[in-house]
Amino acid sequence: MFDISSHKKAGSVKEAISLLKENPDAKLIAGGTDVLIKLREGKKQFSHLVDIHGLKELNFIKKDGDNTIVIGSGTVFSQVIESDIINTHIPMLVDAAQSVGGPQIRNIATIGGNICNGVTSADSASPLFALNAVVSVKGSKGSRDIPIADFYLGPGKVDLKHGDVLTAIKISSENHDHAFGCYYKYAMRNAMDIATIGCAVNLKTKNGRLQDYRIAFGVAGPVPMRCPRAENMARGQALSSRLIEDISQAVTKEVTPRTSWRASREFRLNIITELAKRATIKALKRAGEELP
Amino acid sequence: MAVGKSVNRVDAMAKVTGRAKYTEDFYHPDMLVAKYFRSSIAHGRVTAINTKKAENLDGVHAVFTYKDVPENKFPTAGHPLALTEDHKDAADRLLLTRDVRFMGDEIAIVVAQNELVANEALKLIEVSYDEYQPLILPEDILEENARQIHEGSSNIVGEHTYTFGNDVDQAFEKADHVVEGSFRTAMVQHCHIENHISHAYMDDLDKIVIVSSTQIPHIARRIVGEVLNIPLSRIRVIKPFVGGGFGNKQDVILEPMVAFLTLKLNGRAVQINLSREECIIGTRTRHPFYIDVKTGVMNDGTIVARHMDAISITGAYASHGHSVAAAGGSKQSSLYPRAATSFHARTLYANTPVAGAMRAYGSPQIIYALECATEDAARKIGMDSVEFRLKNVARQGDINLLSGKEILSCGLADCLIKGRDFIGWGEKKKEYEKFKTGPVRKGLGLACLSYASGTYPVCVEIAGARIALNQDGTVHVMVGATEIGQGSDTVVAQMVAQTLSFPYENVLVVQAQDTDVTPFDTGAYASRQAYVVSNAVFRAATDLREKILDHAAVMTDIDVAGLDIVDGNIVDTRKSAQVMDMKTLAIDSFYHKERGCQLTAEASFKATTNAPVFGCTFVDITVNIPLCKIKINRMISVHDSGVIINPVQSGGQIHGGAFMGIGAALSEELLIDPKTGYIYNNNLLDYKFPTFTDVPPIHHDFVETFEPTSAYGNKALGEPPVISPPPAIRNAVLDATGLCINSLPLSPHTLFTAFKDHGLIDEKGGDNV
Repeated sequence: MFDISSHKKAGSVKEAISLLKENPDAKLIAGGTDVLIKLREGKKQFSHLVDIHGLKELNFIKKDGDNTIVIGSGTVFSQVIESDIINTHIPMLVDAAQSVGGPQIRNIATIGGNICNGVTSADSASPLFALNAVVSVKGSKGSRDIPIADFYLGPGKVDLKHGDVLTAIKISSENHDHAFGCYYKYAMRNAMDIATIGCAVNLKTKNGRLQDYRIAFGVAGPVPMRCPRAENMARGQALSSRLIEDISQAVTKEVTPRTSWRASREFRLNIITELAKRATIKALKRAGEELP
Repeated sequence: MAVGKSVNRVDAMAKVTGRAKYTEDFYHPDMLVAKYFRSSIAHGRVTAINTKKAENLDGVHAVFTYKDVPENKFPTAGHPLALTEDHKDAADRLLLTRDVRFMGDEIAIVVAQNELVANEALKLIEVSYDEYQPLILPEDILEENARQIHEGSSNIVGEHTYTFGNDVDQAFEKADHVVEGSFRTAMVQHCHIENHISHAYMDDLDKIVIVSSTQIPHIARRIVGEVLNIPLSRIRVIKPFVGGGFGNKQDVILEPMVAFLTLKLNGRAVQINLSREECIIGTRTRHPFYIDVKTGVMNDGTIVARHMDAISITGAYASHGHSVAAAGGSKQSSLYPRAATSFHARTLYANTPVAGAMRAYGSPQIIYALECATEDAARKIGMDSVEFRLKNVARQGDINLLSGKEILSCGLADCLIKGRDFIGWGEKKKEYEKFKTGPVRKGLGLACLSYASGTYPVCVEIAGARIALNQDGTVHVMVGATEIGQGSDTVVAQMVAQTLSFPYENVLVVQAQDTDVTPFDTGAYASRQAYVVSNAVFRAATDLREKILDHAAVMTDIDVAGLDIVDGNIVDTRKSAQVMDMKTLAIDSFYHKERGCQLTAEASFKATTNAPVFGCTFVDITVNIPLCKIKINRMISVHDSGVIINPVQSGGQIHGGAFMGIGAALSEELLIDPKTGYIYNNNLLDYKFPTFTDVPPIHHDFVETFEPTSAYGNKALGEPPVISPPPAIRNAVLDATGLCINSLPLSPHTLFTAFKDHGLIDEKGGDNV
């Protein structure tokens, strides 16, 4: 039984924004896989709902004229997994989407909700960090675009004001074109689990060197994070096993995993090191590179 | 011949179409719901409680606290009534308690019009405590000045020793080698799909009807009567379809409370429907064990001596208490009957969730330690692990020295050979020699098991069956053996069809149980039902068969010796001709004005035998050192459970048991803060029950023996499959890595610590040499 005080179904983003404005206590619900858990726990702040589940204008994956890939925030993970555009251009996002929950969750949970929930373990978040994704937010005063790294303000906190709706996630051409990535999720189970550590690598190679290199982690800090110093170190370097080893060591100096009853800091660091290697090697394989 | 065939389950259609009705599906328009107010501390005493605000909330019908409940303490274990004092369960529980003994203990209960109101009301109850230091670890519980968790009672709930065979000390002295090890098992949970749920109402002025998801309807009736001090005949327990129990419903958990509430509320229906979180904390768990094992072995591979010392943690209330350690310990004498053996076990109270019955009842803990120790002994003398088992395990004709009974059927050696062949033991062993260093290592492991087919001679073993011929020539069967999803109704139908020579489809088992009408049986536990009920069913069916043939003889004037039933028809055996179909006979028996009667038969039977069962698991694994993960490549369990009544259903038991065993081996553990008693993971996200993707394809096979004490040659199978996978996996990890990791589960955390301690993982995530 859920303690739902009001439930308003929005017919459009515009209507959702005005419904939110009408009720300062209202929260958005899309797939509901996070909101309903909070309601089940008896959290009163989710008892007024504005429902954007199934809004057509939020459910799309397209490639713009400038080669920017735009994913509607209401796109569910199974649609990401089945999308030709995503499979062709950003297979790393398919890795991530496939690792979420189980089939029932992936059929209803949205990529927008995964981001707006603001947790460090969100499987789509670290790939989007490595892709320099930009999120589009619509509010009563118009729209704004926010780089994903700025969108995360803290644990469970994102840059959404009351009345804002995250509408789309954009990945511009320079971030995916000729780039190859991999998302590696480490969890205690193969399904129905949250990441102990998630690692996303997005890279470009040229003439046997790393032309661009990005590495992002989930659960390695309070919010998803990149490792800029390790990335700087790696950029321009010739591909070698040594380099992979160096990257895997460099990231440990930037991440800040903590000890919880779920896993110790030491254990997480061990996994971070290992995933940095594995995700990088897999991304290089996708780039058609073989380590000398 | 219905026995030995993989007929469809009698309830298959009802279940796959969603028509089967479970306890929650029985709806009363005015039914109220009740929710427990649970303690937020693990150890202490309530100094004050104020329920006024909760009582005044709209929609709340009543709030009861420890002040309102009967003062007689009662036991909750679902055991038959023991006529002697030494076998009685500890009576240590009240319906609600002032003394808090674990985090989640039940202090008060709110009855409201729905769950939301009840949850709101719970937040309005104010309570203050005198807090005591929680006692979680054995050393703290056993400390001389430790507080008594139950005032006036020792923290040691039970203790016993036994020895069998030659003088154990002398045997150790003579042994060429003595191998020692210490082992730990985790607190795990049953995780049956249907959580605990019961409701009760009064359908007249003095009779309480309880509808409950239980394994033990008749025992639940008795205990409710004891708690409320009302005659048993005024209580009626109905068991609809049940969504699994695994022992967690072999305990009265909700039934006395719903009965109490409906009495208090003038007979109005009241339901308690536990959430998963409550079910994990507030029902029962598997006893965690601490076990030391010493094995004396000769250079030729003979195990000559064994000593085991076990501590079992039963948690805040005894529930099944020391019975679990005693039952688990007793399986040594059927698995390795020729080794001089001594055993000592203690069961302790602790400020942790209550442990009770769980699939295989102590054996997963004891046999885990035993089979790890056996592996260590084999390695000590450099003998092949399979050969070592073959040399030492039980054979038909061995005497089980604890029971003094001969082992009449035993196919364990053949199980070992089947398992060895399937896994490709010799070749794989060779192939894996080159995978003993580096980041990816491979190994093989095995473990044996022994189990029993009931509880005799510790408890009474009684089963009842009633069969009635219907007017259309089918029969209805009523048994007290309790179907909880394991398939016992199907097996009963097969047995009846076999003995009556009826088509399986013409044998109809009455599904729901109702203690007002169902023959007496103590219920679903101890893997007892198919074994114990077999003799009741056989007697009733044989009796009915004779009555049918007698009536046929009266109808036809043919000598009864020349009549038989073949495929449900009456046949003249001398002419090899069908005389009439069963419907014709039935109609005559019911409606002929002068002859016949309704043809029925009934039998109640007590088993005074207990057949041991055997089995083994072989496993082939890959250990990824840097990821701290174990991958099971292949696994097979081979069982001797006598005659297999239904091969597909039996395979299902093995697969389910192996699944549960893999969970206990690799990932499942209820995490309790050793200082505060706080339970971290009482949900299925954080309690790592495996998913389908975590479990490899499991293979199974049988070695079919014939057990002469069963009417159909069958022995136990329900629980045993859970026993052998964890030690087999631990032994495979030893084979792969050279490390004895003696603590379950072998989760990434456990492996990480072990690998780091032994230098397999270095600070820099290096080469893993």
